[in-house]
Amino acid sequence: MDFNLTEDQLAYQEVARSFAQKELAAHASGWDTKKTFPKEAIRKAAESGFCGVYVKEDVGGLGLTRLDAAIIFEELAAGCPSTAAYITIHNMVTWMIDEFGTPEARAKFCPELASGESFGSYCLTEPGSGSDAASLKTTAVKQGEYYLINGTKAFVSGAGESDVLVVMVKTGEKEISTFIIPTTLEGISFGENEKKLGWNTQPTKAIYFDNVKVPQEYLLGKLGEGFKIALKGLDGGRINVGTCSVGAAQAALTHAQRYMQEREQFGKKLAQFQALQFMIADMATEVIASRQMVRLAASKLDGKDAQATTYCAMAKRLATDLAFNVCNQAVQIFGGYGCTQEYPVERLMRDARMHQVVEGTNEIMRVIISKKMLEEGATLQIR
Amino acid sequence: MPFEEVRPLKIAVCVKAVPDTESKIVVAADKSNIDFTGLRFITSPYDEFAIEEALRIKEKLGGETVVLSVGGAETTDVLRDSLARGIDSAVHLQDPAFTNLDSLSIAKVLAAAIKDGGYDMVFLGQQGVGGDNSQVPGMLAELLDLPQCTMTVKLEVEGTNFKAEREIEGAHELVEGTLPAVFSAQKGLNEPRYPSIKGVMAARRKEITVKNAEALGLAGKVGNGVAPLKLAEMAAPPDRPQGRLIEGDPDSQVKTLVNLLKTEAQVI
Ligand SMILES: Cc1cc2nc3c(=O)[nH]c(=O)nc-3n(C[C@H](O)[C@H](O)[C@H](O)COP(=O)(O)OP(=O)(O)OC[C@H]3O[C@@H](n4cnc5c(N)ncnc54)[C@H](O)[C@@H]3O)c2cc1C
Repeated sequence: MDFNLTEDQLAYQEVARSFAQKELAAHASGWDTKKTFPKEAIRKAAESGFCGVYVKEDVGGLGLTRLDAAIIFEELAAGCPSTAAYITIHNMVTWMIDEFGTPEARAKFCPELASGESFGSYCLTEPGSGSDAASLKTTAVKQGEYYLINGTKAFVSGAGESDVLVVMVKTGEKEISTFIIPTTLEGISFGENEKKLGWNTQPTKAIYFDNVKVPQEYLLGKLGEGFKIALKGLDGGRINVGTCSVGAAQAALTHAQRYMQEREQFGKKLAQFQALQFMIADMATEVIASRQMVRLAASKLDGKDAQATTYCAMAKRLATDLAFNVCNQAVQIFGGYGCTQEYPVERLMRDARMHQVVEGTNEIMRVIISKKMLEEGATLQIR
Repeated sequence: MPFEEVRPLKIAVCVKAVPDTESKIVVAADKSNIDFTGLRFITSPYDEFAIEEALRIKEKLGGETVVLSVGGAETTDVLRDSLARGIDSAVHLQDPAFTNLDSLSIAKVLAAAIKDGGYDMVFLGQQGVGGDNSQVPGMLAELLDLPQCTMTVKLEVEGTNFKAEREIEGAHELVEGTLPAVFSAQKGLNEPRYPSIKGVMAARRKEITVKNAEALGLAGKVGNGVAPLKLAEMAAPPDRPQGRLIEGDPDSQVKTLVNLLKTEAQVI
């Protein structure tokens, strides 16, 4: 067993890091305050390959593993967690079409998504169904070679700016299916941009579907497989949001460490106060523990491990909780300055806070984990 | 319509590995150079413009691009960086005799590697960050007996002719010439691309050719003891003296300041 990154992975990390420092970190604060969705920067990210990292090469992706992706996305998130998180959602959407789409849909949508020409969104949540996602109400009714879609999706990341939606709908009383819906179709409208705590560099809106006519080739997988497909997407989504948290926490740790060597009070550097020394010790430990948990879950998913879903839920829960802690502590170390937008730590904290809720709340992660752990023999399987 | 010979261009780009501009530089104990331990090396920022211009010309007109660099082990990653951006092949000019070379010696090594290569264009950064001598491009052009356009901020190639803009004090100078020629790139020439992950993957599969002094026909002709210029000693600049805070109310602060500017700084 080797815990070191391969030469290739080190090279990907370097590319992502230098991109993130120049193209994301330098602008993140301005995007956050002005609520700018940085399309140009995301397109540049696509040129480097970051918009189709684990999408197959024949449709324009890089064909890399989830572990590779976790390494890359962590670096992007260290630059701007919010923008990086959107890029990961875009990757998830592109992968779902690559994996479950008809050959026509793959050929039509994946190349434009992977190249950043168009943007993707994932639409599962509805106003009345969040954690209990399967209780969704949006419907698709067959009409000749089309499906007619009606209903409302809530909290859609990228909505209003994105071009390609993957949408979970009811195709029967107890049957959920997933469709690709291009936003150019007739009958789609958007709600107001949510005013949010964090993730301010990406819009979040409701989407209304009013008799939207979707060609049947835009079905992902088979009828009735939609919820399974939605959850498959989320396994990867949870690693992604975990790794975005690790990136945010790593950035907060780096800023805090520097600040402790600069700032003086009572005639001493902050670094000389034991209370803060212990904080930095815990922060570093928690960043590394989170990173390793995320990478373990990613490699379980790469290896198609039967328990991958549980590991992904564990990684999401642990990394997003610990990373928020680390960012919060960084704000504390910065004191009053940490509460101002002059330094990036408050933004990192606000973005990291979102991650404890999105892609399934951390309570839902515990529901998933505990359900598995109480099965016969689970303590032998999951370790 | 006259028949135009379409010959693919062959373009050389000379790059230098320099310490990351964010790193802390310390002079080595023997004062012969900076201390390399723990330093991260990057492509000298001006060289990025040179690489980008070569790639753009190749994309537009077709041809072949080759990156060359004189340096030690730290140079390998920098050559890979050029390959990852899309340069076709790399030549590492490496020899114990090439340690701590002065500008003219570097130009001689590059000239030896370029001279019979059939290159139409040779690009360099206008200066290497760190040494900041800006000498190699001009010297190289002279050694190759080629026209040179330094401080290039705009370049157009048509057939074997080029039109360029050079940055000069307070203005741009328009120059025209014929290829082959040597160009040094100044900030503003273009916006360099990032290496892509695909590029990185491809770069890892490309070979880097290594050439030593002997292969270049330079054995005993450059470096240690032969160079006309010898670096006597490297030293860190003296620490900047502490600033002085002028206390008091604004009126007396201004008076003190004016007085100090007259008597101590003697600038007014
Ligand atoms: C900025 C932002 C972007 C988002 N982007 C997307 C997107 O792109 N696509 C998408 O489909 N969704 C998106 N979401 C929705 C997100 O996934 C949901 O908000 C989340 O799943 C929680 O659902 P809810 O908000 O309805 O909360 P609820 O489900 O109402 O939960 C309220 C509270 O009850 C707890 N709870 C609920 N059920 C249980 C239980 N069984 N046991 C214990 N505790 C429970 C929850 O953990 C939470 O604390 C986004 C949300 C936000 C805020």
